[in-house]
Amino acid sequence: MIAFAIRRILVGIAMLLAMVLVVFVLFFAAGNPARDVCGKFCTPDKLKQITQVYGYDQPLTYQFGQFMKGLVIGRDFPVDDKYRAQLEKTHPELVIHCDAPCLGYSQHDSMTVNAEIAKYYPITIQLAIFSFLLWIVFGILFGVLAAVFKGRWLDRIVVGVTLVVYALPTFFVGTFLLQYISIRWKLFPYPRYVSIADGGPIAWITSLFLPALTLALFYMAGYVRITRAFVLESMSEDYIRTAKAKGLPMRVVLFKHGLRAALTPLLSMAGLDFAALLAGAVITESVFNYQGLGLLAVTANKNSDLPILIGLVITAGAAVIVMNIIVDLLYAYVDPRVRLR
Amino acid sequence: MTRPFLSVENLVVHFPTPDGIVRATDGLSYSLERGQTLGIVGESGSGKSVSSSAILGLHRGTSARVSGQIWLDGVDLLQLSDEEMRKRRGHDVAMIFQDPLSSLHPYYRVGDQIGEAYRAHHNVSKRAARIRTIEMLARVGIPQPDRRVDDYPHQFSGGMRQRVMIAMALINDPTLLIADEPTTALDVTVQAQILDLLQDLQREFQTALIMITHDLGVIAEVADDVLVMYAGRAVEHGSGRDLLTKPSMPYTWGLIQSIPDVSGPVDKPLRPIPGSPPSLVNPPKGCAFFPRCPYAKLVDGTGDRCANEMPELLPITPGHLKRCHLEDPEVMYEDAPELEVAR
Repeated sequence: MIAFAIRRILVGIAMLLAMVLVVFVLFFAAGNPARDVCGKFCTPDKLKQITQVYGYDQPLTYQFGQFMKGLVIGRDFPVDDKYRAQLEKTHPELVIHCDAPCLGYSQHDSMTVNAEIAKYYPITIQLAIFSFLLWIVFGILFGVLAAVFKGRWLDRIVVGVTLVVYALPTFFVGTFLLQYISIRWKLFPYPRYVSIADGGPIAWITSLFLPALTLALFYMAGYVRITRAFVLESMSEDYIRTAKAKGLPMRVVLFKHGLRAALTPLLSMAGLDFAALLAGAVITESVFNYQGLGLLAVTANKNSDLPILIGLVITAGAAVIVMNIIVDLLYAYVDPRVRLR
Repeated sequence: MTRPFLSVENLVVHFPTPDGIVRATDGLSYSLERGQTLGIVGESGSGKSVSSSAILGLHRGTSARVSGQIWLDGVDLLQLSDEEMRKRRGHDVAMIFQDPLSSLHPYYRVGDQIGEAYRAHHNVSKRAARIRTIEMLARVGIPQPDRRVDDYPHQFSGGMRQRVMIAMALINDPTLLIADEPTTALDVTVQAQILDLLQDLQREFQTALIMITHDLGVIAEVADDVLVMYAGRAVEHGSGRDLLTKPSMPYTWGLIQSIPDVSGPVDKPLRPIPGSPPSLVNPPKGCAFFPRCPYAKLVDGTGDRCANEMPELLPITPGHLKRCHLEDPEVMYEDAPELEVAR
């Protein structure tokens, strides 16, 4: 088990490195990074200065080395050594140290990307966890109900409603909740993020509920359908017949024998969907104007702020890889056939 | 008159489907005493598993329509409530299935799965159930039962898995055991071991055993009585000796003839029964076996009687019943290659 975990983690690290390389090639080698970093209002002088300060005139291998160095042990900005040495004498406050894992420096915001992400991450994580809990609990609940009442009116209603919800785009659901539930009908206070430290747990949960619901509804619809399908499949397996033939009560057959097999495959799906949310919910955060990574990505895109975008892509990729490792380890724990290898 | 220990009377199992009613079992009757073995033979889809599942009440809660009577030890199982039936299922009547790998839950230890069967009917602690489980594992011949009790099904070989299934079925000392093709998924050497084990246990516990199979070799070895099923009905019923030495229905004869002869010449062709079983939704008007029967013309010269009139299940000698218009079954035994299949 421990060897299995160690090997999965090593593979994960290798995948991270490969991903960083791909990201680097995509953004640095293939494009014109100086032009991107320069931003919207760029002059030839500014472009030249940026090229030099960021070391974009250096060979690509050197740049990649610096980038990796930043990720592993941290680095200082501006990049160009001579320029920085000079700046250190005249304006030491302008030299910025960026700790490992350093994702870069945003010229536009005059902040390291790490600081930027640290600022926006809490809301994204809280939203992700909250909506994850909502959609897992209710998705599975309705999925199991639909499977148990297969073909009857409850099943049809659940499946029908799910289909409709699944077809609605997130921006529509978000806008609807905001405009009608909150503003027009005043069923819910206007969502404005309140941290648990500022407003206590109730205000905190209330402030997260509508955006989390928006996200959850979309995923929930899919999970209802899949749970229903998995439960139906598992309930037609031979070992369910064995369980019935033993004389077990129906609830034991369903909840112990049926669900255990039906829900295990959901683990990998749930892990990946959760990882995707950790990269920020672009539309939901925009609709509710919540300061999460999705909104940061939108802003960075508007400002052509390349370092932030790179940082976000790497963060998102890392989230997927880490969740994958966690899912694999959980799988080994849940499914005895995966063990011992 | 006292009823036999198990008496199935006019059992009907129908499944309504969008294409029509599937008549999986249509008017089946047989009886069985304790310590005796009934072999039920037939092709896939002949209704042998479906009719036996009905004894356990496994069709309850599905769309199946079950009627008739199933008397076990003086009680009609079909009249019991779901909860009363649940208490008997696994306790009085137990079942062993064909594929032990898919019939065991892959995520639970075999010991827990066996112990669960015990605890479903006995109010005992987990520890007591575990001790009983280890006893049963030892009884069915699993080496080091106190260690293997904590293994998962995928860590067992096919034969050992079937032993686990047998331990699970017998842990509550059932009076009736239904074995649904228990050796089909196993290789031949293991088959013999499993059959021996079942017979040993049957003698020890005086269990009534229903052995469902399509393997006449298995029947010859274990069955006291044999019931041949075709298209949901019994077509021949009698003692194992009568049925195997003097088959009286062309289908039974076809089954016997289609056994490959290992000791015969290598180039001797196999003799399968031509065609395939009829649809259970629209069964033929006459004899269900008529479309595949090479002897229909021998009945009335044209085969019309077999095509239009369903034969009754009638005795030819005491205790030997056949559903066939053919008066003298001995004509089948003469090799009749020139006979064409009717139609």
